Amino acid sequence: MNHLPAIQVIIPLLSAPLCLLLRWRTGAWLIALLATWATFGVSLVLFRTVMLHGAISYDMGGWPAPWGINYHIDSLSAFLVLIVTGIGALTLAYAYKSVKREIRPESLRAFYALLLICQAGLLGIAVTGDAFNMYVFLEISSLSAYALIGLGQRRRALRAAFQYLVMGTIGATFILIGIGLLYSLTGTLNIQDLAARVALIPESAYGHRTLITAFAFLTVGFSLKLALFPLHLWLPNAYTYAPSVVTVFLAATATKVAVYMLLRFSFCILGKRFVFEQLTLGNILLLPSLAAILIGSMVAIFQYDIKRMLAYSSIGQIGYMTLGISLNSHAGLSAGILHMFNHALMKGALFMVMGAVVYRTGSVYLSDFRGLGRRMPWTMAAFVLGGMSLIGFPLTAGFISKWILVEATLEAGWWPVTGIVLLGSLLAVIYLWRVIETAYFNPRHEIEHGTEEAPLSLLLPMWILVGANIYFGIDTSIPLDMAERAATLLISGGAL
Amino acid sequence: MSSTVLMQLCILIPLVGAVLIGLSSRAPNIREGVTLMSAALLLAVVAGLYLDPAALETGTLILAEPVAGAAIKLELEPLGLLFAGVASLLWLITSLYTIGYMRANQEQHQTRLYICFAIALASTMGIAMAGNLFTLFIFYETLTLSTYPLVAHKEDEDAIFGGRFYLGILMSTSIGLLLPAIIWVWHAGASIDFVPGGVLPSDMSVTSVWVLLFLFAFGIGKAALMPIHRWLPEAMVAPTPVSALLHAVAVVKAGVFCMVKVLVYIFSADILLQSGANLLLITLASVTIVVASLIALQQDNLKRRLAYSTVSQLSYITLAGALLTPISTTAAMLHIAAHAFGKITLFFGAGAIYTAAHKTRVSELSGIGRRMPWTMGAFAIATLSMIGVPPAGGFISKWYLFQGIWTSGYWFLLLILLLSTLLNCAYFIPIVYAAFFRAETYTPEHTPGQAHGEAPWTMVLALCFTAILSLMLFFYPDTVLHLAQQLNGGG
Repeated sequence: MNHLPAIQVIIPLLSAPLCLLLRWRTGAWLIALLATWATFGVSLVLFRTVMLHGAISYDMGGWPAPWGINYHIDSLSAFLVLIVTGIGALTLAYAYKSVKREIRPESLRAFYALLLICQAGLLGIAVTGDAFNMYVFLEISSLSAYALIGLGQRRRALRAAFQYLVMGTIGATFILIGIGLLYSLTGTLNIQDLAARVALIPESAYGHRTLITAFAFLTVGFSLKLALFPLHLWLPNAYTYAPSVVTVFLAATATKVAVYMLLRFSFCILGKRFVFEQLTLGNILLLPSLAAILIGSMVAIFQYDIKRMLAYSSIGQIGYMTLGISLNSHAGLSAGILHMFNHALMKGALFMVMGAVVYRTGSVYLSDFRGLGRRMPWTMAAFVLGGMSLIGFPLTAGFISKWILVEATLEAGWWPVTGIVLLGSLLAVIYLWRVIETAYFNPRHEIEHGTEEAPLSLLLPMWILVGANIYFGIDTSIPLDMAERAATLLISGGAL
Repeated sequence: MSSTVLMQLCILIPLVGAVLIGLSSRAPNIREGVTLMSAALLLAVVAGLYLDPAALETGTLILAEPVAGAAIKLELEPLGLLFAGVASLLWLITSLYTIGYMRANQEQHQTRLYICFAIALASTMGIAMAGNLFTLFIFYETLTLSTYPLVAHKEDEDAIFGGRFYLGILMSTSIGLLLPAIIWVWHAGASIDFVPGGVLPSDMSVTSVWVLLFLFAFGIGKAALMPIHRWLPEAMVAPTPVSALLHAVAVVKAGVFCMVKVLVYIFSADILLQSGANLLLITLASVTIVVASLIALQQDNLKRRLAYSTVSQLSYITLAGALLTPISTTAAMLHIAAHAFGKITLFFGAGAIYTAAHKTRVSELSGIGRRMPWTMGAFAIATLSMIGVPPAGGFISKWYLFQGIWTSGYWFLLLILLLSTLLNCAYFIPIVYAAFFRAETYTPEHTPGQAHGEAPWTMVLALCFTAILSLMLFFYPDTVLHLAQQLNGGG
């Protein structure tokens, strides 16, 4: 029997204690690197299998589904797993020098262990077919994320981690309450089983009200985790003060996984008809999404800490994803799911640039960028290209997801929304331009700190992501096909 | 070599040139050699396309298709071939001029300038050969981005501000208006390809046609219709060679080129005439022609005066396109060439004056014609072309424009044209008159002790060359006319 679905969660989970047990610090990094690359390899195999043969179902310990825990990998999960493992593999390749500079030597091994645990948690969420198991993995990934953020250089990192801990825990508790209500109603936790039983509850039944309550708790919980405006307050601090590597990893993966959970619960458990037609999730998400796009981008314009600026930009970009969901159409969902992938590519690249700048200059205030265009030409070129993708410039990945989103809004006849999507792009031009202008068209900084280009181990993963941004902007067949399949799957209720 | 290969080369040559320029940044002579070589090669390739009668029937070339229906597609047609020809010819001449200018003024960041120049030319070629709106949009945007470093070249406060203005207006109009217009066309017409006779359905409502035309008219900010013309004078902070090639030829011509192309290949004459929407463009263009000329009259800074003159002259082309008769389309094509040759000469002249005499204001130019006879002679010829007097190319295009107005029957436009011609005289003739017939005046900054002659020879050579081109267009207009016939024959 093929154990790959389990193996890819187990590799990072078991490598984590190994990192701690080893006394050799570089060894810890090596183990983590090997583990993430192995998981990436496994995920590629899984991705291929799902593309060719359809969904994979795997029973943990050989116990059949409703009794044992079941792993279910369909096209959406496979897509997400690919994002998480791909980013993980690149992040670890990038991590060695950056982490050495930013993390105290005595916490190094713990850092890699936590990073692996976090990845295991995120992967677990993506592949599990059991609602409670999903919650457990969510807590695994969240707790390790809190600790990782707390390892940041500045003391404020602790406050940011605590803020995230409080908000994240509220979110997770809401999710747990939601799952509990569903369990009390149906007596099962397996997602497919849940879906079948929820569908049987008639609208007039007493249990229907419980269902609505569960929906409310779940939606708010997920919105907190995915930082939907106005529940995003934890995100800017967390991204700003976390170590560079952690920001790269979390920004590219954690919020996407939360979006995934929202999709999974809405479409595959509660059902499209219940969620969108009776409870109008589309309308509920629409306003916060638009507000996120506008306000997130506008606030970003006024930030002087560029990491914080990108964090606010992330809030706006998450708005694009949820906007895609709120459209409740095949095109809209495809756009949202595709943007998960593309946003991981662009924000991964941009935060890697931030890491490289921190590596050379120590901080990423706007004034630190003066003259960087000349001093770190490759790093800043990566910033320009990544930024173009973020704006949605043609021939970059960002353009494709925005194009499809615009298409979807037009299909729905939402003209004003189209305007807001395009306005968001314009705002992105403004906030990125401040940085580019400072980097290229300002006289050099008087204080000469770090006058050379970032080391190759930082540049290489950064440029792989930049290359991916451009490649997937021209040859879109793979991600677009996957996103469309996932959208079809969700609309059909996950029964494929 | 097949013409599809040549079409790809048109975009690749400047790009490869840009890379090589970057690699040879430490050896200025090799760097400039690369610039000249790639410009010459590009001109040869475009000439090859022009001389090959089969090139226009080659069909299309799809490079990639990121989203279904929106391919990156190259296609050669007469209008684009003309634009590519003018731009590549003038790139070669401008390169010669730039080398003289940059060295004489000891400008900083020369490598960046040459690289951006080459990328801008690659984008211009892309615009000229775009086979659909999507491709057009991509290259339109890369042209904006690649010219920003040229505008902000000096890196002082003025340059940065000018650059922001430039980028802000061009980007916000293109993303805010042009992109929605393109998407709208896609939804309404099920295609964004350039098809002779248009792609819009004939049953489109009158309001929709008006709004769509409005979006295009202001979305194509590079065509500088009022009130979004302000980026052009602001862009004059750039070094003069940049103003010459980009803001007299590549960028602004890309704007009017897109406009004419949209009118001919996306809208059709029937739709526009039935809905009367072309009146919108005619009105906007007429207003721009007159008002920009009036503003030009008040400018003392020579480059700014030229910039407002450009704004006004661009609207001639838009106006000619909007008349929608075959003969006025011919006028538009002729004027693309005529204005390019004339205006680039004027900018070259302004740059030569700045380099030799460090003068930038019109009021300082008295008597300069005796010190710089070649420069001011060429300047005078270009002035004739701008006003539209024989024996300069501008006369031919104005002649066709008059005929276009005659056939289309918008009589009031004759008045506009007359008025604008008078205004052109009013703001150009005094410069030439003062230069040749007034005695030199001295200001505290410019004392008699600062004797100067002509600018470096490469600059003088370049501007004489463009002045001769201006004259040639009058004597041999057939080079452009036969392309116009093919356009009208095909459409």
